[in-house]
Amino acid sequence: MPELADPQTRPEPHGGPHGEPPALRRLLGLVGGASPLTRLAVITAIIFLVMSLLRPDPFFTAGNFSSMAFQIPEFALLSLAIMVAMLTGGIDLSIVGVANLSSILAVLVMRHLAPEVGGEAGTLGVIALGILVALLCGSLCGLLNGLCVSYINIPPILATLGTGLIFTGIATVLTGGAAMMGFPAEYSVIGNGTLLYVPVPMWIFVALAAVVAVILSRTAFGLKVYMMGTNPLASRFAGISNAGINIRIYMICGFLAAVAGLIIASRANSAKADYGEAYLLLSVLVAVLGGTNPYGGVGRVGGIVLAVLSMQFLSSGFNMMQVSNFAKEFIWGALLLVVMVVNLLQFRSAPAAPGLPRPQGQPAPSLDKT
Amino acid sequence: MPSWATRNEVIVALVIVALCVVTALINPSFLSLATLFDMLRNGILIGLLAIGVMLVLISGGIDVSFTAIAAFSMYAATMLLVDLGIGDSLLLAFLISAGIGLSLGMINALFIAGFGLPTLIVTLGTLSAFRGFLLAFVGSDLISNVPPAMRDFSRSMLVRGTDAAGYFYSLPTAVLFLIAAVVITWFILYRTMLGRSIFAVGGSREAAARIGFNVRATQVFVYGYVGVLAGTAGLIHASLARVANPSDIVGLELEVIAAVVLGGARLTGGYGTITGTLLGVTLIVLVNNTLVTLGIPTTWQKVMIGFLILLGTGLPAFQARLRANRMG
Repeated sequence: MPELADPQTRPEPHGGPHGEPPALRRLLGLVGGASPLTRLAVITAIIFLVMSLLRPDPFFTAGNFSSMAFQIPEFALLSLAIMVAMLTGGIDLSIVGVANLSSILAVLVMRHLAPEVGGEAGTLGVIALGILVALLCGSLCGLLNGLCVSYINIPPILATLGTGLIFTGIATVLTGGAAMMGFPAEYSVIGNGTLLYVPVPMWIFVALAAVVAVILSRTAFGLKVYMMGTNPLASRFAGISNAGINIRIYMICGFLAAVAGLIIASRANSAKADYGEAYLLLSVLVAVLGGTNPYGGVGRVGGIVLAVLSMQFLSSGFNMMQVSNFAKEFIWGALLLVVMVVNLLQFRSAPAAPGLPRPQGQPAPSLDKT
Repeated sequence: MPSWATRNEVIVALVIVALCVVTALINPSFLSLATLFDMLRNGILIGLLAIGVMLVLISGGIDVSFTAIAAFSMYAATMLLVDLGIGDSLLLAFLISAGIGLSLGMINALFIAGFGLPTLIVTLGTLSAFRGFLLAFVGSDLISNVPPAMRDFSRSMLVRGTDAAGYFYSLPTAVLFLIAAVVITWFILYRTMLGRSIFAVGGSREAAARIGFNVRATQVFVYGYVGVLAGTAGLIHASLARVANPSDIVGLELEVIAAVVLGGARLTGGYGTITGTLLGVTLIVLVNNTLVTLGIPTTWQKVMIGFLILLGTGLPAFQARLRANRMG
């Protein structure tokens, strides 16, 4: 944060606005620096350096970079979906259910139609149709979530918990709980192919992240989303249709989840009702780590990208140090709590960082009413 | 329609009766003491957990970590009892398990009441942290030689016998814990200032603070109480099963939350009844036990519970919306 010339707005030299001792403010300033994004970038770089120094052989190798690039897109897309939902002050706990249901529908379409049409063009057409069905399914699931939240007024947590169970349940019924195979061989490109040395799923993620970033920061719709997330009552009185915003946001969530599902299915060469269940907590963690405020109104795509990178570096590093899965589960949970506390102290001690729509002194009085 | 007819409790009670009638028509042996006691036995764990979740919802929060607390307390307590060779006292067993539950509940309270962080995300984090810590650092193997006190407790029955059709029936003493929890929670909610403060904080945090309720202390109590209930429920579960399995219980959280919201407790806080919660638990246990009898494969169980959550929350929310529209 550049030093402000105006003595009236300059923070007090001794003790912050909330009376923190100067030492604590200086410490937070060291961690916090210019903006939450810069701080996150520094943390990501530190994790990368530490892992490279601790395990240079397996970590700092082309093979590891390539495998990380293949692992990132699926949970990055899910994290993006959670972030978008959190912008409205809601949350989407059904994303994993949507992802699996969509990919199961895709594999059903592909394996029923692929043997009937011949030729390369026919197979490609069938794959395109399967993908289309999955994306449509994801968007419709999102529409259902949006309707539950905005028209029936069910709190997003319970609405998406309920629909998530229904989606997973339908997926279980469709597959009988087993892994569904039978994708055409060409479909594996989606999850396993490379284009210009970069994995295809990474291209997909980069493209979608760019689209979401443009929608959020360059369109009237994006501005309305931030406004509604900051203060739904004010946005309603400003003439914004909160219901319309919510429905479109949850449809975007569903769409992103369906894409993640397609990538997961392609990488696993099968679709199953309980793939990626651990991703739900990880996505919430990444969204919060990336600076998204669960109460709504604050969050950026750039934060998600950095948070995803740091999580992947940590995860791969832990794997190489042979940390058990249970220990990792413990670390993710503890990390989520620590990050939230650090964010809170940061918000309390620093004046509003540039680019953030509002200062985060105290959570809104409507605590937990999401 | 009169207002009582659209209350969740009435609707849930009607669904329960309808489900019982249909099941009894298909399978007449359903109407027996054995079935009733079986369902009571299955309801102890979910019932104890649901009472805790109801308090959290009334106070305006949500907790998904209680299953991890129950599993953690159950396993750590059993392990302590076995390793220290102090497994002869049932009271000590319950004190240790409830004490561990209380400490874990206090960790939730630290983040929620202390830092004011959103309850869903905090408890998602602690769910994963508690479970991960338990399985990575405490232990991941079954303890099947449960201490003598727990074994005796599992054999202790209030009623036992054989009915006319030759079915053996028994009601474990553990059901007394559920009854005690109901009575104590009722007393706290409706006969103490603490109970009023839980409703007040859930109804409007700001208003509660302004009329002098201590919001943080109330939240600390709520999350501590959930911890104690979860610890107790965990030990009962391990006793009845005569094995402490660290991967048990976790995964039940959605069923329990479904039971509570079906009973009419609102996530927006300030409203919830014990009768409703117990009816919700009954319905969930009934659904779990009768789907197979009704010829519905268990794969549909998740769909049913998800549908019930949407119905249980959607109906009152939709009515509130209609009322608001009528008024203006």
